[in-house]
Amino acid sequence: LRRGGGTALPGLVANTVAPALIGSYARQLGYGTATITGTNGKTTTSHLLTAAAAAGGFRTLANRSGSNLARGVASTFVDAATPSGLLPDAREYLGVFELDEAAWPALLPQLRPRVAVFLNLFRDQLDRYGEVDSVAEGWQRALARYREPIGLVLNADDPSVALLAEGARGPIVSFGVEDPDVALSEAEHAADARFCRCGATFTYSAIYMGHVGMWRCSACGRTRQTPLVAARDVRLGADETRFTLCVGSRSLGIILPLAGLYSVYNALACAAGAYALGLSLEATTHALLEAGPAFGRQERFAVDGRYVRLLLAKNPTGLNEVLRTIIAIDQPFTLLALLNDGIQDGQDVSWIYDADLEHLAGRPVTLVVSGDRAEDLALRCALAGIEPAVVERNTARALEAALARASAGARIEVVATYTAMLEVRELLARRTGQQAYWEPAHSEVRA
Amino acid sequence: MNASPRTIRVVTLYPDVMSVYADRGNLIAVQARCRELGIGCEVTRVGIGDELPRDADLLLIGGGQDREQRRIVDDLAAKGDTLREWAESDAAMLAVCGGFQLFGEFYRTAEGAELPGVRLFDITTVAPAPGMPRCIGDVLARSDVPDVGELVGFENHGGRTYLGPHAQPFARVRHGYGNNGADGTEGAVYRQAIGTYLHGSLLPKNPALLDRLILAALRHRYGPEVDVTAPRNPYAERAHDAAAVVARRRGRRNT
Repeated sequence: LRRGGGTALPGLVANTVAPALIGSYARQLGYGTATITGTNGKTTTSHLLTAAAAAGGFRTLANRSGSNLARGVASTFVDAATPSGLLPDAREYLGVFELDEAAWPALLPQLRPRVAVFLNLFRDQLDRYGEVDSVAEGWQRALARYREPIGLVLNADDPSVALLAEGARGPIVSFGVEDPDVALSEAEHAADARFCRCGATFTYSAIYMGHVGMWRCSACGRTRQTPLVAARDVRLGADETRFTLCVGSRSLGIILPLAGLYSVYNALACAAGAYALGLSLEATTHALLEAGPAFGRQERFAVDGRYVRLLLAKNPTGLNEVLRTIIAIDQPFTLLALLNDGIQDGQDVSWIYDADLEHLAGRPVTLVVSGDRAEDLALRCALAGIEPAVVERNTARALEAALARASAGARIEVVATYTAMLEVRELLARRTGQQAYWEPAHSEVRA
Repeated sequence: MNASPRTIRVVTLYPDVMSVYADRGNLIAVQARCRELGIGCEVTRVGIGDELPRDADLLLIGGGQDREQRRIVDDLAAKGDTLREWAESDAAMLAVCGGFQLFGEFYRTAEGAELPGVRLFDITTVAPAPGMPRCIGDVLARSDVPDVGELVGFENHGGRTYLGPHAQPFARVRHGYGNNGADGTEGAVYRQAIGTYLHGSLLPKNPALLDRLILAALRHRYGPEVDVTAPRNPYAERAHDAAAVVARRRGRRNT
């Protein structure tokens, strides 16, 4: 396939000129398409699944992170195609597309995926998406209308995803965590699927995050099914995660070079997606061990002997998971937290009150607060009992302040909303004069 | 060590289902400010089916998704008499978004059904006609309530609220939609009860309003002569000013 700059312009044209264009391209892909959608983990899961497909011998066509609306998908195709609309060698390709959760229903009949991976559904940018319930209903209605066979890959632990199995026409591969030892000791405030379709309230024997866990409805009997693809014996470390990956009757130990339980879910979604696509367990394992972080998601940079890690957090559950990951670090560290309020971040910054920043209080953390809405974040942190050492709206100056406060060998954890992450990543790349050292080696095969 | 002889009793109503967009920040702000002022803050969480306590000095309720709001309607109606009594006795109240709508006369759904409200405010709310957009965006308003002044927040609501003849608006919007996008009013006030569409969260970023609600709660419990010496709240003031700049830049201008 030809590789171009990947700007949104060809997509803009394609989208305006021919809405059905995506369909005509997608049909050319010999091994069909897998879609990945959900609130959190789309980019990392797509990244891992693309790596698994490559390890399994497929050539892959994937969209870029952040280009997950119809325009981005069209742009990916137009970029790769000849002017006459043909994708060269298309017969040898598998499409792997991360799709915005609200855009997924409209793209389903165009992309006609073989496999659709559903990760989770959390409150996120209500100013843009509207209510969480309406996103879930959109998925459900689109699947009900869709008459072709489709393999569903479903998170068994998130009821709003798991219940998509009802009325499904194709095969289902479910994934989930089978280790109550990593459950939360108490429910978080940000739980978004409290009620069963029958109207009763879900009860949980274990909650892993938000409303994700071992759920059941005592009124109608709907309950979490034991997942086919599961993680057991999960050991959460500061920089890596160890777990036993179980796929049916097979199991093997994984050292995932990504931190946090949320990364385990992304790894499981990749493994379940790979299984649904018919990839070997060896291909999956290779991806989980080797692929490393996706763009801006736990990428690591060495800056003058300091260890800088970039973590994306753009909604309450995502931020809770990131906080849970970094407070497990058993040494003092500097936290550079950035809150922007652009369209891609969500213009409403209220959501920081739904995240449990209180977990930072009393920890050996030096806090530097930045971003367009630094003052909002500083206030939130102060209310949570952690006073910022520095409040600096300018990203570059805030990064320098964080670096100045960290001694050689120390850690700086950067937690940022989407556009803030892009800014910091650019600064870090420029400052180090190099790519992130976890920059995936195969990134150039992505369109 | 300063003893804390004064304590306000706070009730947070349906905190799990009626806090879809960060309305718990209001409770967080009340608790933090009370700590700062040396005032005790006793919080009772009241869910669906739970009894209200005998009395409260400050009641908080937030907004929910449509499905969640339908779930609480009956339970809220059963609590209506008590809530109105509390309001008549000058308990402080803050009802945000869906909570504000349900503290009115009724909410008329898109299908034409009328969900009865608590009738604490003389307001009615109607679901938007098909094709009408939600009211979403930054808000800058000026409150009609003494000492509250400029307000900042973020609104996100479909329903349009109209004030009845006995209702007083809480504020006038300079930027934003407010109650209905047409008459420039925002929220409603009845005695010490305030209804509003402002998230943000509201109380953290509007320190004058926060202090006023705490003072009203103290006076409800200890009598009208009670006063508080309130130190400045610099983090809150800076966040307020920053949000005001954003609202002036990109909030819908109210003409």
